[in-house]
Amino acid sequence: MSEAVAHDIHDDHGHGPEKGLMRWVYTTNHKDIGTLYLLFSLAMFIFGGAMAMIIRAELFQPGMQLVDPHFFNQMTTMHALIMVFGAVMPAFVGLANWLIPMMIGAPDMALPRMNNWSFWILPFAFALMSATLFMEGGAPAAGWTMYAPLVLQTGDAFPFLIFAIHLLGISSVMGAINIIATIMNMRAPGMTLMKMPLFVWTWFITAYLLIAVMPVFAGAVTMLLTDKFFGTAFFSAAGGGDPVLYQHIFWFFGHPEVYIMILPAFGIISAIIPTFARKPLFGYSSMVYATASIAFLSFVVWAHHMFTVGMPLAGELFFMYATMMIAVPTGVKIFNWVSTMWKGAMTFETPMLFALAFVVLFTIGGFSGLMLAITPVDFQYHDTYFVVAHFHYVLVTGAVYSIIAAAYYWMPKWTGHMYNETAGKIHFWWSTISVNVLFFPQHFLGLAGMPRRIPDYSVQFADWNMVSSIGGFAFGLAQIYFCWIVYKTIKGGEKATDQVWEGATGLEFENLPSPVPYHSFTTAPQIR
Amino acid sequence: MEPESSRAERKSNKRLVTMLVAMVFFMSGFSFALVPLYDIFCEITGLNGKTADGPVAVKQNIDPDRTVKVQFIANMNSAESWKFKPDVFEMEVHPGKLEETLFYAENMADVNKVARAVPSVVPGQAARYFHKTECFCFSEQAFEPREGKNMPLRFMVDPELPEKIKTISLSYTFFELDRVAVK
Repeated sequence: MSEAVAHDIHDDHGHGPEKGLMRWVYTTNHKDIGTLYLLFSLAMFIFGGAMAMIIRAELFQPGMQLVDPHFFNQMTTMHALIMVFGAVMPAFVGLANWLIPMMIGAPDMALPRMNNWSFWILPFAFALMSATLFMEGGAPAAGWTMYAPLVLQTGDAFPFLIFAIHLLGISSVMGAINIIATIMNMRAPGMTLMKMPLFVWTWFITAYLLIAVMPVFAGAVTMLLTDKFFGTAFFSAAGGGDPVLYQHIFWFFGHPEVYIMILPAFGIISAIIPTFARKPLFGYSSMVYATASIAFLSFVVWAHHMFTVGMPLAGELFFMYATMMIAVPTGVKIFNWVSTMWKGAMTFETPMLFALAFVVLFTIGGFSGLMLAITPVDFQYHDTYFVVAHFHYVLVTGAVYSIIAAAYYWMPKWTGHMYNETAGKIHFWWSTISVNVLFFPQHFLGLAGMPRRIPDYSVQFADWNMVSSIGGFAFGLAQIYFCWIVYKTIKGGEKATDQVWEGATGLEFENLPSPVPYHSFTTAPQIR
Repeated sequence: MEPESSRAERKSNKRLVTMLVAMVFFMSGFSFALVPLYDIFCEITGLNGKTADGPVAVKQNIDPDRTVKVQFIANMNSAESWKFKPDVFEMEVHPGKLEETLFYAENMADVNKVARAVPSVVPGQAARYFHKTECFCFSEQAFEPREGKNMPLRFMVDPELPEKIKTISLSYTFFELDRVAVK
């Protein structure tokens, strides 16, 4: 190990990054682009989070107090679009950029110039989308799902929304192509497919999902665009179209999309738990197959989002059983993580705490998902706060928690500095208590019948909404604290060792120094 | 900075990327192919109770022992300045017999209007056993200001209609066309 490290440091002499701002604009270095993605995602997380604060402030009490209903609808729509496409997805792409080349022993991504392009499209896409907040008729307000015909009533914002989505799609697809090309062609000698770390595997499968469904989404929004401006009638019943068709196309994209946001998280958790349990991952190959089955099943369950549109009984049954089947491979993963910890010598540093919270809280989200999969009861849960609670458990305490865990876990490797462990633990407990105060009561609200996306509610929902809002503000504040921790870690802190964590394995910990030099693995490592 | 890559590697990058880009184009095409596929799927499964867009030729083959109840429903998509209702709300018909009924629509505004009725049958499985030889829903209907008119519907319930279906509801929703993009 030390030999390889010394070799890399020597090689690195005189090949550092360019100076100045243009370094970031012109960069083709996977580490720079990874950093750009991650910082952009953090900024969008705070931006989208601010909108969530407006939503929770309005819902603090029954009645209308702060914003008018139209603006409230803009907030729910924009919050979702920004969090899905601006925060979670770019964060995972950023992690992929940083980690995949280091994990497979490659010097960079396979297509570095395209990599630069796929990042730099994003700020422009979100500039287009955010600009709609200041337009005649306001930002899009028909929900992030953009159901026709309601979304066709959007004002000047409409074409901006569609083109922003086209750009986001192009960016994601280019990122996905790059990741597949990197994994297929750039692995170090001896790094066979079944030796790849699970983060690489989950991203490999996610990239295929992206290539398969982002074009379908682009097609769906293009049809919306032509329906509005060019006289087509894909989704207009008057012209012979069908609004339900939109929902089918959207969810054919939308369901794989939610797995795009969770599969890389599975990879992260599969890296962190073995490190702090000091045991190799239990059931590596079953993890790979489980990920592939989840990805496959994601294509045949989309209509469980739309049980109430009026489907034949056979269809409802099919989508119900297919959805429940996903619990099997997901259960395999949960049990593998638990088995990895079984009799392990565990320690509880911040990344491990977030990973453990992921396992517990994501499972709660999975269970409420199973409840929603039961067609007859879905008729009651549909479009209530129960759904909101469900997808926030899987996306916030699932996807976002895994991203935070990854940040704590790999930040010492990236920056060369340890974060402040006490601060990390405070951030963890503060977030985990507040996020449950925030989202758990929403289960009760939903079961009691409170509809989602409505700025006002009946007085019987008042207490739990107030509790939820308090949790929301506390959780929001905790993330500002996280930004401060990240800033302090980049600026300085205790020097990290090359291995960083006692039990850490993998090329990035065993074969590279901390911080990682600007160019790593210019000579491919030999995999035993 | 270019990674050190042999020529063979670059060549395989090119092939792989070409294949992946082809997948992207294929899936874009697939999203548009879903539109006709959905129609076919609906026709086979009876999803959405879509009936044929044009007149169908039928042979009378009356089954006098069986009666089916046909109910008529008329809705406006937006409740502005229109009157729209069926002449009768319910009919008892024999499968295989050609029947006729009327729907009445009136434009209560002072301007010319064009509208179109979109049919839907419940239960959906009955849609392909419900044949229309003439229907005001086959074409757009133009109205003078304040004009009201009776519009005919000639239909036949197919004798092949599954036994378990005793009642068919035929619903029309009337769409005013200048409100949508169709000009």
